[in-house]
Amino acid sequence: MVGPVHAPTPDAHPPLVLLKDITKRFPGVVANDRVTFALHAGEIHALLGENGAGKTTLMNILYGLYRPDSGEIWVKGRRVDIRSPREAIQLGIGMVHQHFKLVLPHTVAENVALGLAGTPFWAPARAIGRKLRELSQRYGLPVDPDRRVWELSAGEQQRVEILKALIRGAEVLILDEPTSVLTPQEAQELFKVLARMKAEGHGIIFISHKLDEVLSVADRITVMRRGRVVGTVLAAETNKAELARMMVGREVVFRLRKGTCRPGEEALLVEDLHARNDRGLWALRGVTFRVCRGEILGIAGVAGNGQRELVEVLTGLRRAERGRIVLLGRDVTNRSPRLLSDLGCAHVPEERIRMGIVPALSVEENLVLKRHHRPPFCWRGLLRPKAVRAFAQKAVEDYAIMTPSLRTPAKLLSGGNIQRLILARELSGKPAVVIAAHPTYGLDVGATEQIRQLLLRQREEGAAVLLVSEDLEEILELADRIAVMFRGEIMGIVPAGEASLEEIGLMMAGERRLAVRSEGI
Amino acid sequence: MDWVNWLVSTVSRALAFGVPLLWGTLGEICAERAGVVNLGVEGMMILGAFTAFAVAQSTGQPGLGLLCAALVGGGAALFHAFLTVTLRANQYVSGLALSMFGLGLAGLLGRGWEGKPLAATLPTLTLPGLARIPVLGPMLFQDQTVLTYAGVLLAVLLWLLLFRTRWGVVIRSVGESPATADALGIRVSLVRYLCVGFGGLLAGVGGGYLSVAYRPAWTEGMSAGMGWIVIALTIFAAWDPLQAIWGAFFFGALYHLSYRLQAYLAPELLKLMPYLFAVVVLAASGFGGARWRRRAPGALGLPYVRGER
Repeated sequence: MVGPVHAPTPDAHPPLVLLKDITKRFPGVVANDRVTFALHAGEIHALLGENGAGKTTLMNILYGLYRPDSGEIWVKGRRVDIRSPREAIQLGIGMVHQHFKLVLPHTVAENVALGLAGTPFWAPARAIGRKLRELSQRYGLPVDPDRRVWELSAGEQQRVEILKALIRGAEVLILDEPTSVLTPQEAQELFKVLARMKAEGHGIIFISHKLDEVLSVADRITVMRRGRVVGTVLAAETNKAELARMMVGREVVFRLRKGTCRPGEEALLVEDLHARNDRGLWALRGVTFRVCRGEILGIAGVAGNGQRELVEVLTGLRRAERGRIVLLGRDVTNRSPRLLSDLGCAHVPEERIRMGIVPALSVEENLVLKRHHRPPFCWRGLLRPKAVRAFAQKAVEDYAIMTPSLRTPAKLLSGGNIQRLILARELSGKPAVVIAAHPTYGLDVGATEQIRQLLLRQREEGAAVLLVSEDLEEILELADRIAVMFRGEIMGIVPAGEASLEEIGLMMAGERRLAVRSEGI
Repeated sequence: MDWVNWLVSTVSRALAFGVPLLWGTLGEICAERAGVVNLGVEGMMILGAFTAFAVAQSTGQPGLGLLCAALVGGGAALFHAFLTVTLRANQYVSGLALSMFGLGLAGLLGRGWEGKPLAATLPTLTLPGLARIPVLGPMLFQDQTVLTYAGVLLAVLLWLLLFRTRWGVVIRSVGESPATADALGIRVSLVRYLCVGFGGLLAGVGGGYLSVAYRPAWTEGMSAGMGWIVIALTIFAAWDPLQAIWGAFFFGALYHLSYRLQAYLAPELLKLMPYLFAVVVLAASGFGGARWRRRAPGALGLPYVRGER
């Protein structure tokens, strides 16, 4: 199972990159524990692991953003000390971060020219344009140098990032979760580009937590778990089950228990919803759908197509400019979040630490945040600690929240436990509608399973669940119907049973499924 | 042709009064384009004003006075940069502190200098040829100091620098998205130090102009809130040096008119005008909101820490 580990031998073809016994500690965690990793020219080497396994930390060390506490870095057979991204770039290392590092208001050419050695002082963007076209043709990365980056789709932005690395002469390209923002078709395009780069002798490090993808694109796969390398295997000689076992450390079941959907009465109706984003541009342009009790409507789409704004409008956090929202037969357009929550609308927010909890407040306080102002938790304006404690004690047990005590500040819990805390609070008191945004993002496999079970249980108990997620697998697994968003519009709504990955991918790229219009919402 | 004379002198004086606003605003644009708000303009200007006067008075060389004013302004700005870039202090608090510190220090040091005459002031120029154009000549090309034209030239150069050169791409990127610049090997702190420092130089010159050219005398608090107008003007000009030109001269006109119209309106009311207008501008840009905010540098006011998103 475990492949050969490369020692730094002065042979004729030393690895392009060799990371040897890298250790990096952050306060409270060892992010990388004596990690050894080798990349050869002309190979795609996947780095597989769950969120928090230490993949990104390792790559940030290679790219000079972090310094390792100990260990050696060898590039092309030479021991190096990479102190900054500038030095990494000079060594021929390029990195495409998961969250793109682009200056959104600037043009593509300006972004590429930024800090690029050898560009002329005057009009650097113009000078770069020609070289850019040449490169984008050679690798099949079409992009217009004069467009502003914020106008581009996520897939196009990624191309800019790759071009930025290529134009700097990157021989080693690190891609951090590159497909998380792509439609399935765009991902296939990316894989073709990577194959071309591989053929030209580049080495590619492909960070991912998706098993299928890693198996199809990589030559070798190194699996990390909790900061350590579990093993390195050849993609041709392994399978999904083995990788999953290495990644999680135990057998993983890929099936969820899911009963048949019996939709009841309409719980949430959204009609012709329009809203603007923080920059004042239209983020929602006429969104219409309904969710019934006892069903899960999944909202799929590439990040940044209005999902965030949709959730914010539905939970009263953003103004709707046009259209209406009907919750249990009552028009609640532009009403306060408190009214919505009192009517039975639960919100599992996208950014759990920023919007889901008050980090410095204790676990018990966070658990009653929504209802602290009413009996039994409050009596004539005074909190009743005993009632709060009793409620919190029960919630911690019911939802298996691992916390040292009820008085521990919520920020000290792990991501999975914070999410359990949020769900415990939001799901108490039988909500009629549950709006969950990326509920399992960044959680480990165990927590993910549990959160998904909780959402399914809500559906069985008759709640209407709106599930917004960029993880297509999650949507396909949980949702009864799938709506796809693109540039603030719903491209179509398909029953989960009939949906093909390809069809959803096309809708994610902006192809409208017209049939849906007539059959209603 | 009485009203023509009135117009000529009004425009001419508006230009003269707009000069310190222009220099200050260009400096603030430079700092804010790199992502650092410097509310210390008032402090840097008053320190510049005092320095310029003291040096010009003792040496008889107003040019040397302005040079020293620039250095003092730049030094004060570097202090702000140290606090906000290196120590990552709150930019607004640090800037306010710098303003109060500058006003206090200039007042303290300037006690003995108040009421002293200045023999050598910055000379006014009459541009040969151009000054003879009827109406426009005396309006624009007579009785101005070199700083009026230098300011306009500087605005054009700063615009070219920001939008047409490699450095401009770097500066604007640092102000929009320092993490991106950092990932490409640009030294974010260095760029911010340089931009804030350069901004301070310009504010110092703007202040020095007041005491060796416009007034020319030293009185405590003679910057009279101009530094705050500069902050408003920066937003009003949407961080664009070319728009700062007419913005500064427009506010210069308001200042001047507040003296000119005293015969007809209560002077207290008139003195309010520039400030009132600044409030109106800020409110308008707040309401017209999204469009303006879109033009503000994305990382304005935010300290950069590597590894945070």
